[in-house]
Amino acid sequence: MREPRASTDACHELSSRDGASTFRCPAASKALGRGLREALAAWILAGPSVFFLLMLYCLPVIGVFVIAFTNWQFGAATLSFVGLANFREVIADEDFRSSLRNTAIYLLIVVPGTVSLGLLIALLIEGGKSCRSFYRAIHFLPFMATMSAMAIAWEALLHPTIGLVNQTLSAIGMPAANWLRDEHTVLLALAAIGIWQNLGFAMVLFLAGLKSIPKDIYDAADVDGADLWLDRLRTVTLPMLGPVSMFVVIVVALRVFASFDTVKVLTQGGPGHASEMLLYTLYRESFEYLRAGYGAAIAVVFLAIVVTLTLVQAHLMDRKVHYQ
Amino acid sequence: MASVSIDGIVKNYGPTPVLRDVSLSIADGEFLTLLGPSGCGKSTLLRVLAGLEMQDAGSISIGGRVVDGLRPKRRDVAMVFQSYALYPHMTVAANIALPLRMRRLTAIQRLPLVGRLLPGRARIAAEIDMEVTRTAKSLDIGHLLPRKPGQLSGGQRQRVAVGRAMVRHPAVFLMDEPLSNLDSKLRVQMRAEIKELHQRLGGTFVYVTHDQAEAMTLSDRVAVMLDGELLQVAPPQDIYGDPSDRRVAEFIGSPKINILDGVMRERGLIDVAGSTLKIDAAALPGMHLSLGIRPEALHLADQGGQSTLTGSVRMIEHMGSDLFVHLDLAGPDQPLVARLPAEYGPRITPGQTLHVGIRPERVLLFTPDGRRLRGQVELSRASVMPLREAAR
Repeated sequence: MREPRASTDACHELSSRDGASTFRCPAASKALGRGLREALAAWILAGPSVFFLLMLYCLPVIGVFVIAFTNWQFGAATLSFVGLANFREVIADEDFRSSLRNTAIYLLIVVPGTVSLGLLIALLIEGGKSCRSFYRAIHFLPFMATMSAMAIAWEALLHPTIGLVNQTLSAIGMPAANWLRDEHTVLLALAAIGIWQNLGFAMVLFLAGLKSIPKDIYDAADVDGADLWLDRLRTVTLPMLGPVSMFVVIVVALRVFASFDTVKVLTQGGPGHASEMLLYTLYRESFEYLRAGYGAAIAVVFLAIVVTLTLVQAHLMDRKVHYQ
Repeated sequence: MASVSIDGIVKNYGPTPVLRDVSLSIADGEFLTLLGPSGCGKSTLLRVLAGLEMQDAGSISIGGRVVDGLRPKRRDVAMVFQSYALYPHMTVAANIALPLRMRRLTAIQRLPLVGRLLPGRARIAAEIDMEVTRTAKSLDIGHLLPRKPGQLSGGQRQRVAVGRAMVRHPAVFLMDEPLSNLDSKLRVQMRAEIKELHQRLGGTFVYVTHDQAEAMTLSDRVAVMLDGELLQVAPPQDIYGDPSDRRVAEFIGSPKINILDGVMRERGLIDVAGSTLKIDAAALPGMHLSLGIRPEALHLADQGGQSTLTGSVRMIEHMGSDLFVHLDLAGPDQPLVARLPAEYGPRITPGQTLHVGIRPERVLLFTPDGRRLRGQVELSRASVMPLREAAR
């Protein structure tokens, strides 16, 4: 008795909400009409997002996959399918392999460096009493700044003769280096800039994570005897930061993996191929040498690596991480 | 096991005083409850006792040893928190074992990999495991040892928190509203278990709660706190029947005690709510007094007169065994609640005029500033109808 009345009410409500619509629910098609309207409303509401998702993400990815199997030259009017030839070339290419190796080394320096320094700074800020927001702001600034502009500032700092870094080193009697032009130091210099850039991001996330640890648990640790700095860190802080750490590691790894602007502005992959990284190789092949098919094949490999990396990290860390 | 002595504790949060000169001594093996509304400073006092916060002035000794300035772990106290504060990433076994590990293993022995190789560690670890298992069994949580707190119910978490506290046999157990996160049925059950635990362990318990039922049922003595002051420290029956302050009388008891304004007419007679009560009080004629009358100290009288109060029935609450009858007395804003046996139910209707007599020995007199006025309290027997006659 009550059930049909409720659905009639809903129908009236819907039609009156539409305003223009004068649709009345006939008793027989009540349920059907309602289901249809709900589906329609759902599509209208989700429509814009679905449209842009398709246009901006799905289609380009599909496009890249298709182009990777062709010999298309960027801007050319014709193309032909070449099967797996591009991928065979990518695998055989010595330049690509050194680019991959450089990216891996860069990743292995920047991710642990960023995560551990970010955590350390977050702990220092959280543990301190004064100027917290000041420290937060100055450490977060590099993350907000445009990297290509900041890269120029770094170029000046690392200049072999007039740069502040070398002047400081020679003032204290240390040997100077041509940081960005020496194949032994260029990756280290870029990695240092990478850490500097991502530090604030990791720090802010860790600060939020630290705030969400209940104070009671620290009190319990105090009473239980885990009251020294290292004991508190091992008993409470680090385990409770597990989920945040996992997020930070994955996001920083993805950002670092896709580093481009420092390489482009500061070194163009040089000297030789010493600082060439995956995204820069992709860019150069596609837009400087105009080998779009080959570039697309690199993009597919890049995507595969990113997805694998994320899944492996998530799987490995998920077992170790405790969620509340 | 140890006695606790709290001497002149003062604590301020900025300009706000939280504890004002609190002094209290707790005997060895006593179960003392700090009772008060939220924000009265009872939890702060417990935290000062634990060493989690430092007092601004005053001194604390545990077992005759002054512990001011000592870290919590050096005070030999254990604490159960309202939120339980279990380590969510550790198993139940590891949670209970932690206080023992922290005390018995050196920092190097506790290291993840290197520690295992050190001589003596395996033996100590085995001892700790044994004690953890024994403690868990005594609390009926032996089967939960491999689980994590997230997989446990509220009651089970509570037991784990108690287990973590009792595993190292502390001198003093501190409990900060340990039952308030449980549902009411479980709360009653855990209340009984805590009482049993106290009898079994024989330790000194300091228990903080805002729930008067917990305070009344568990404690050897109750310390009632309000606005950072101890109002009264006494056994539960005295807190209820012989409060030394009007605020204590008002805080304890449900429904709340009736407080009526009265004026001393002459020696032995007090005017209250349009009636005159025959009460001998140590007060001068003309003095204003507050009369505290517990709802169960009232009974039905068949007619008005001296030492009875008359009012119209506003509302009746049936509680099963009792009736709470809300009356409006003559005079401005003088409500009164009487607790009457349930069999009067059919005879009382809202709007009806009712006469209630007062049991003489149960009237509590307070001065206008809230202090208890002790003295001869006598009501003329003749003016009060016995219960049975009134019921007829």
